[in-house]
Amino acid sequence: MCTYTTIQTAVDGSAKGAGGTWLHVDQATVYFDHPVHASAEHTLNIDLADPAKGPSARVAIELTAASARALVQAINEALAVVPAELAV
Amino acid sequence: MGMGDSMTTCTIMITSTDGTEIEAYLAQPDEPSSRGGVVVIHHMPGYDRGTKEIVRRIAELGYDAIMPNLYWREAPGSAPDDAAAAARANGGVPDERLVADVTGAAAFLRGLGSSNGKVATIGHCSGGRQSVLVACNADIDAAVDCYGAYVTGVVPEGWPLKITALNDQLPNLRCPVLGLFGNDDQYPTPEHVDEFEEILKAHGKTYEFHRYDGAGHAFFANDRPSYRVEAANDGWQRIAAFFRAHLGA
Repeated sequence: MCTYTTIQTAVDGSAKGAGGTWLHVDQATVYFDHPVHASAEHTLNIDLADPAKGPSARVAIELTAASARALVQAINEALAVVPAELAV
Repeated sequence: MGMGDSMTTCTIMITSTDGTEIEAYLAQPDEPSSRGGVVVIHHMPGYDRGTKEIVRRIAELGYDAIMPNLYWREAPGSAPDDAAAAARANGGVPDERLVADVTGAAAFLRGLGSSNGKVATIGHCSGGRQSVLVACNADIDAAVDCYGAYVTGVVPEGWPLKITALNDQLPNLRCPVLGLFGNDDQYPTPEHVDEFEEILKAHGKTYEFHRYDGAGHAFFANDRPSYRVEAANDGWQRIAAFFRAHLGA
């Protein structure tokens, strides 16, 4: 299927991109659709990007639905144990 | 059908009917002939190697074939996957721009010395819907829709991508349509295909649909797990016959 489903959120951080270069990222685009590389018909895809630096300023992730859920849980667990005053 | 399989391919710039210069990939049979042309509308993953292979296969069938880079405006010279991501993040390709780009590509084909004046469109996935969209809005002689989602059906509200179902436009369809669908597909579902067919029938349009059991979405994609060899082989034969019937002099 080709779901077209696309969710976007602002983020603030850094990611290591093509050529081993770190870049500031301020946009996350999340979608469930055909992957470019992962060997699955559909994956949960995340593009962490700095659109101001052009299309190649991007870190791309393609995860199976189950592993994407596991990642969400891991992120939430990691954030849950952080003292509130540090987690901003 | 061309007698030889020798062809020439190149990357060129063409002019969209909105005046913008965009990149395009062109494949032409070397054998001199008067022949039809085909505009290949790439899928959402972009102006990629797989779709260039489709362009060359259509040239092997004996037609001038061209694929406009629908993401050239957002991402000139970028890798296809980066360009697709940038286009998606930007809300996708607006329908009006798509029609302008494909119409520009069709005009380019008709301007070739080899052209007999006939031009078809073909697209897979999002390109399937866009092939039908163009056939409702431009002077095209035949259109192939390979499992395009949201020709019919209801697009959920609030999505950032600028797409709509084409139910209201189908009465304006100007040319015959070949539709190829997998019965296990969820976008479009067999019910969406039924709805599409009912609208075409109600308006007396010429169409030919083939639906494949044991095939889902993207069954033509021979580099994906979704590839279904029997459906894809039969589909290519249907496409060749459809072009023979509608792109002749």
